[in-house]
Amino acid sequence: MEERETCIAGVGESRYARWGKITDSSELGLACDAVLAALADAGMPPAEVDGFASYSNDANLPAQMQLALGCRALRHASLVWGGGGGGALAAVGNAAAAVASGQAECVVVFRSLCQGQSGRLGSGRSRGPLANFTLPFGLVAPVQQAALVASRHRHERGGSAEALAEIACAFRAHAQANPRAIMRGRPMEPDDYFASPMISDPLRLLDCCLESDAAAAVVVTTREHARRAGAAAAPILAVGTGGGRHWGLGFLGAHNPPLERAAGGNAEDLGRELFARAGLRPEDVKVAQFYDAFTPMVLQALEDYGFCAPGEADAFVRAGSLRLGGRLPSNTAGGSLSEAYVHGCNLVVEAVRQMRGTAINQVPGADVAFVGGGPGVAPTSALLLGKNT
Amino acid sequence: MEPTLDDAGFWAACAERRLVFQRCATCHAFRHPPLPRCPHCQSAAHDWTEAPRRGRLFSFTVTRRAFRPELAAAVPYVVALVHFPDCGDVRLVTNIVGIDPSDLAIGMDLELVWTETAEGPPLPAFRPLTPQTGDSRR
Repeated sequence: MEERETCIAGVGESRYARWGKITDSSELGLACDAVLAALADAGMPPAEVDGFASYSNDANLPAQMQLALGCRALRHASLVWGGGGGGALAAVGNAAAAVASGQAECVVVFRSLCQGQSGRLGSGRSRGPLANFTLPFGLVAPVQQAALVASRHRHERGGSAEALAEIACAFRAHAQANPRAIMRGRPMEPDDYFASPMISDPLRLLDCCLESDAAAAVVVTTREHARRAGAAAAPILAVGTGGGRHWGLGFLGAHNPPLERAAGGNAEDLGRELFARAGLRPEDVKVAQFYDAFTPMVLQALEDYGFCAPGEADAFVRAGSLRLGGRLPSNTAGGSLSEAYVHGCNLVVEAVRQMRGTAINQVPGADVAFVGGGPGVAPTSALLLGKNT
Repeated sequence: MEPTLDDAGFWAACAERRLVFQRCATCHAFRHPPLPRCPHCQSAAHDWTEAPRRGRLFSFTVTRRAFRPELAAAVPYVVALVHFPDCGDVRLVTNIVGIDPSDLAIGMDLELVWTETAEGPPLPAFRPLTPQTGDSRR
């Protein structure tokens, strides 16, 4: 069977707001807003959609989406197992696989997360499959899980609070030009970071992402279909899902990844496979979007995907590499820390805009974009996009 | 906390103040959290083997915010992963007691104690083993 070339032909989002601030639309309504915006951006009518892909237990069913949007067929409907943003790019991969193989023509990947309605993720509600081994010990919130990972990473590979502050401040700076960003108008300096309360050592309040009411969507189709629609499409160079042997639920889900890999984010194998499939190296990437639910995840991703050797991400970050004009401008719209928390779907949207040359903080000459999903879980996932031509 | 069919053996032992880990009856590898099959040989046969009373601090965090109302009296408290080198790669989520959190260091040696709970079985916790002779890289 001939594999068809795939791309992201449209991107869109709902309005972004802090959790609880959107009271005039359901989460399903926000999902529709984002999908319709992405389709309008692609120049495609909703009737052309024939599939939906999501992740992180999205509660907005393809059956409802198809009905509300009048889509002609439902040739693909998939949800990636696992919570958080680990599956963000795996959902793009599912959509691309369906399109590449001819099972579907136009699949929308979306995530709608209205925390004012479905519940705050940052509160003590974590109920994974191993809750019996976490909740009785007061391990109840994602920030605590991320803190355990960060402590071990720092122990094995070194690291500094200054690097975490730089990640938070750099992404906040990027958000200042972005009218969609929840943290626009609230610039931040390292002093602000160090004045923010310690929540769960070594993580402070400003190491934590936003909690948002938000939805985002991208349209995956063939390059041929995108050309016919006149869409400014970003070709999918490689997309992959990964998880190493014996990882299990890992540090974030419970606590027993292989000892020798415990400082990593379970993406070392995926990183090698992803770049090999694209015929590229990490140094070919000109702009990156890292999953930033908590700042230390960016350090892990830099090392896992080969942008830095293990132990070198801290110095790389402190050199200003993630800033506009730096060696690897990252989370250029503000990311989960300062734009909105949509489990990483907004990171895909921003990567596409960078490849079109239409981003608010456009990286000059950027021709390869990387997007990484939530690290530390299984599966995690990642994407390489090329320039719109 | 309701025990499951997979982890009931662990909690039954806790009720007797015994810390046990699942061990494969075929290849004798330890595993935790409990699973219906051995990750190494896929055998379903297992026993519940008493853990060493000593472990090593693998990672920790000092939780300073009460994420649930019932934890308000506990903050700040230490959530930790304790590694048992004699049980392969087994690590346990637990709490560290009896030490100023600022004196904690990854790699330090710890010993098992039990804490009572209002509901449910006693829970395993750990306190420093004196003298503190942790190997900082382990």
